[in-house]
Amino acid sequence: MKRMKQFASLAITAAMTVGMLSAAVSADDAFKIGAIGPLTGAAANYGTAVINGAQIAVDEINAAGGIGGVQIEYRGEDDELDNEKSINAYNTLKDWGMQILVGPTTSGCSIAVSEKTKADNMFQLTPSGSAKDCTNYDNVFRVCFSDPNQGRASARYIGEHGLAKKVGVIYDSSDVYSSGIFATFKEEAPNQGIEIAVEEAFTADNNVDFSSQLQKCADAGVELIFLPIYYTQAGTILQQAAMMGLQTKWFGCDGLDGMLDMDNFQKELAEGVMLLTPFAADAEDELTQNFVAAYKAAYNVTPNQFAADAYDAVYTIKAAIEKAGVTTDMSISDICEALKTAMTEIEVTGLTGTIVWTADGEPDKDPKAVVIEDGAYVSMQ
Amino acid sequence: MVSFLNYLINGLSLGSIYAIIAIGYTMVYGIAKMLNFAHGDVIMVGAYIAFSVITTAKLPPVLGVLAAVFGCMLIGICVEKIAYKPLRHAGSSLAVLITAIGVSYFLQNIALLVFSSNPKMFTPIIPMNMMTIQLGAFRIQTISLVSIAVSILLVLLLVLFINKTRPGQAMLACSQDRGAASLMGISVNGTISLTFAIGSAMAGIAGVLLCSAYPTLSPYTGAMPGIKAFVAAVFGGIGSIPGAMIGGLLLGVIEILGKTYISSQLSDAIVFAVLIVVLLVKPTGLMGRQVQEKV
Repeated sequence: MKRMKQFASLAITAAMTVGMLSAAVSADDAFKIGAIGPLTGAAANYGTAVINGAQIAVDEINAAGGIGGVQIEYRGEDDELDNEKSINAYNTLKDWGMQILVGPTTSGCSIAVSEKTKADNMFQLTPSGSAKDCTNYDNVFRVCFSDPNQGRASARYIGEHGLAKKVGVIYDSSDVYSSGIFATFKEEAPNQGIEIAVEEAFTADNNVDFSSQLQKCADAGVELIFLPIYYTQAGTILQQAAMMGLQTKWFGCDGLDGMLDMDNFQKELAEGVMLLTPFAADAEDELTQNFVAAYKAAYNVTPNQFAADAYDAVYTIKAAIEKAGVTTDMSISDICEALKTAMTEIEVTGLTGTIVWTADGEPDKDPKAVVIEDGAYVSMQ
Repeated sequence: MVSFLNYLINGLSLGSIYAIIAIGYTMVYGIAKMLNFAHGDVIMVGAYIAFSVITTAKLPPVLGVLAAVFGCMLIGICVEKIAYKPLRHAGSSLAVLITAIGVSYFLQNIALLVFSSNPKMFTPIIPMNMMTIQLGAFRIQTISLVSIAVSILLVLLLVLFINKTRPGQAMLACSQDRGAASLMGISVNGTISLTFAIGSAMAGIAGVLLCSAYPTLSPYTGAMPGIKAFVAAVFGGIGSIPGAMIGGLLLGVIEILGKTYISSQLSDAIVFAVLIVVLLVKPTGLMGRQVQEKV
């Protein structure tokens, strides 16, 4: 027992010394950035990518001396793709002392948490919350395209590249992301000479059997099926199409990203699937190459666009902090006000392109697409 | 016409899976007079067992199916002994119902812990090159035919078992009057255990068929089919095995045809609307018997 006490006091002394040392280095101030995303659950691939991608950026910035000499403290929380849990995660991060939020990763959670950030006037930058309503409040900005922009960009991409004239769409009518993309796709399709021959939906309660939807596409003889949905259902659809012997082209949005990492997914099913995404890991520019190498070294997988969005989000915050001259002793609300103005004045060249922002939180950048070849994403020409 | 036949077969295939699950509900209800809401989750456990054997341990699919059947049987018996039996004389059927819902969440959360909630793609038990059968312009998925054949075979076996064997007769006796059956020297506890064993074994088969046809496996895989199968059992007349079969098949066909010809978003609404209409017209379900209360 006595030895225990001795050991304990030693440990405490040691801890205090270390604490003082680190305090001496950073003068006890640091920008506290929190991130939220699903680390478990149906969209675990997204959240893991966001939280790891941001970590890479934070590590790089800290290693290079921080933001104007001030280090970043960073912490990621799991929300399991659940709105309530996302708010819990936000509260946990606030208790920890978060000043700026990167996240949440998915649209639904982003909208839910934006109610809280609005009330607290906390600056929120979602890397990948793409639903239109994510940026309803003036304190919320995003890195990715909004759903309306993705739907429009997809139709334009299919039209301009002559991929198909007659298409079928299978979308999730119970999901804001999916129906948001579909609405603008449908709006833009006629302008691109695309005929939507089959328009089929499913709901969250009925998302395992797609035989009817696929059979209708087959009967109508569509050249391409557009899937503005998430990868879990897309994987099921591809497998059921293979079981039916249905041959067609597939085109999706960023929701399909992550499909290749699903447990026991037969990668040949996804061969030739095209998706609109702002990031391709095989791109040859130095920034992408370095990021991919660092990410692979740290996590042993190739990063997807969610990781890239989060990486860009952290660098965007750095640029905005520098522009606005924010310091760590400012209140959360003051930081938010300063960053809001700075966001519209900065231009960030990141992994997902060169981005500028409008005051309503929307990014402006060029769309890119990738195709899955031999189980990997390859940039489309 | 060709595509109508395709839709019909898809519906029958989905329906036959509902039927196999519904039989489990109906048997347990007929004999133990309880709604086993954990039944849907036993299907999910069966599918995970098959997945572990076939995909993780890389053993032949036959072993996977057998493991699922025996694994589910074991779980069914354990759940009955541990969770339901002590409550059998509790007086309130509500207590058992709530326990069943508890068991359902328990199984889901265990699966979450063990397998995580990341969905897994189930390896179909049918080889890739035998996925479809071509008959002229008509193309059918092999798994659909397998599902339909298996469900018909299971119902036939079950009917034979109940009518021709002594344990089957004991089940019949228990379903009619548990007290009298006990007085005649039938072990009521043993018979109820047997019922759970058979129902759960069928859930294991249903799990493999379900995930072969709709290959995404997650801890919530069994929940919705479980509810639909319960509806099928009520639809056909709960307590009746042929009723569960017909209820399941009809439900599957209505769901798929509703999805195809009316609206893919409203298919569930259509299914439940049909249920309400049937129950309004015939409150005991299609094949249910009206038991007179003797005063």
